[in-house]
Amino acid sequence: MEQHYFQPEIECAGQEDMKKTQSERLRKMVRNCYDNVPFYRQKLDDMGVKPEEIQSIDDIVKLPFTYKTDLRDHYPYGLVAVPREKVARVHASSGTTGKQTVVAYTEGDVDVWATGAARALAAAGCTTRDYVHVSYGYGLFTGGLGLHYGAEKLGAAAIPVSSGNTKRQVQILQDFGSDFLCCTPSYAAFIGETCRDMGVDTSKLPLRAGIFGAEAWSEGMRENIERLLNIKAYDIYGLSEIAGPGVSFECSEQNGLHVNEDFFYPEIIDPDTGEQLPDGEYGELVFTCIGKEALPLIRYRTRDISALVHEKCACGRTLVRMLKPKGRTDDMLIIRGVNVFPSQIEYVLTQLGLEPNYLIEVDRVDNRDNMVVQVEMSSAMFSDKVRQIETYERQIAGALQSTLNISAEVKLVAPKSLSRSEGKAQRVIDRRKV
Amino acid sequence: MTIQQLSVFVENKHGGMAEITEILKNQDINIRALSIADTTDYGILRLIVDRPEAAVEALKDGGITVTLTDVIAVELPDRPGGLHEAVTALTKADISIEYMYAFLCQLRGRAYVVLRVGDNDRAAGVLQNSGFRQMVTSDLCET
Repeated sequence: MEQHYFQPEIECAGQEDMKKTQSERLRKMVRNCYDNVPFYRQKLDDMGVKPEEIQSIDDIVKLPFTYKTDLRDHYPYGLVAVPREKVARVHASSGTTGKQTVVAYTEGDVDVWATGAARALAAAGCTTRDYVHVSYGYGLFTGGLGLHYGAEKLGAAAIPVSSGNTKRQVQILQDFGSDFLCCTPSYAAFIGETCRDMGVDTSKLPLRAGIFGAEAWSEGMRENIERLLNIKAYDIYGLSEIAGPGVSFECSEQNGLHVNEDFFYPEIIDPDTGEQLPDGEYGELVFTCIGKEALPLIRYRTRDISALVHEKCACGRTLVRMLKPKGRTDDMLIIRGVNVFPSQIEYVLTQLGLEPNYLIEVDRVDNRDNMVVQVEMSSAMFSDKVRQIETYERQIAGALQSTLNISAEVKLVAPKSLSRSEGKAQRVIDRRKV
Repeated sequence: MTIQQLSVFVENKHGGMAEITEILKNQDINIRALSIADTTDYGILRLIVDRPEAAVEALKDGGITVTLTDVIAVELPDRPGGLHEAVTALTKADISIEYMYAFLCQLRGRAYVVLRVGDNDRAAGVLQNSGFRQMVTSDLCET
């Protein structure tokens, strides 16, 4: 496959050159934090670390971690490092897990973010001739504007559809001739289902590929989207605290996501000890915003579980790869002491040829965690005989048990009765009182 | 000789049944017989109607999961032991019954039992040879 790069000199840079850039940017960033963010000055002083001690990127381990609670404690602008006149944009996290967090950007930061997203689009084969259909929500959420600016930065055309009104999305895919689709994977699947329900032959659409993120998703989900929409599906990763979508992205190899490490320096640490872990080992993903000015977070704990691979990729990029995140520790359920990620359930369902629509309900019954997975009945599974349906239920329950290592009850519900999401899908109802 | 039965998935939730009966009413479908197999979470509604294909189409359009199954409806004499004779004939021929339910057909003024068996052709032959008449699709329509 022909490779497309947005900035080959950086994406395929030698390790020494990259390290030099990173070290230079880290020095500048730490100085900026120390001089302009009282929170960081206090932290470094408390640890007895002087900004001039930070010379190389390897010195990063001397620096403190930043947690989501630090952003909340300094809500809304307490960690902003630039004067008000330099702030060009404000976004906020969706706040699904508590009070929302506010993030600020300078004009330069917006450009850094757009560059990251443009590299992602180029890696998926997007060119200046393409129409990029953006179905992420536009607003405080970083999804919509992130890909919008990325498409424009690349020189492609952005179609700012935003999320919702799914039949209209399908109409626009047909009429405007969108080449690329950007949204959450669950919404992509829903758009695909809607095409099918409307009798639209997706093989006739010009749509070639899609870039999907803001949720952890499985390989099964990828196959499902690729089949429904007849496209190639790429993963994109980001979080508003660091920039938004475009922190890392998949290339044609789809063997991990290339981190834009000249802007966002990644580390994998042991979440308990805080020690850096070697290549290939799974741990908590931590980012330092060495390329940003307004909200230069140091060693931000993402709570995402991933691993890093520094080997050069077959696509030609040298940018370090992070393996597809297993899910955010926020989304992780601990059921009877076992860690369960919703994406694992999605994987099991798609492996059985079912659509990845499900709802996990967790309750505490007689002091014991009880997990029920609601699955939509499909015509393939349905029979006039109870026995046959029960066999199917047992098959799903068995597959869940062998993947999750804990038992789950399967409850079949009517087709389309589980809500479809236009943004981030709500997959878990946890009724346990802890 | 078989007739078509609709098997419909019904989730155990308030209004689940009304959703189905409303669709059938709107399509002017007449229900001749029904039976439900119920489990904790869902039921399978089995229906004999006058126009099975039209009913399936309408239900599918309404987003309901439904399949058509061929079943045997055997005409029975309305007296003690009537059903026993039919069941015995099948048992002797080593044919197992998955499920069954009975209904009266006003059009024909007779009692019928719907039988779901593994091998319809063989069961139909056995019943025929034992002197039992079986319902055909046209028996379900008024004309």
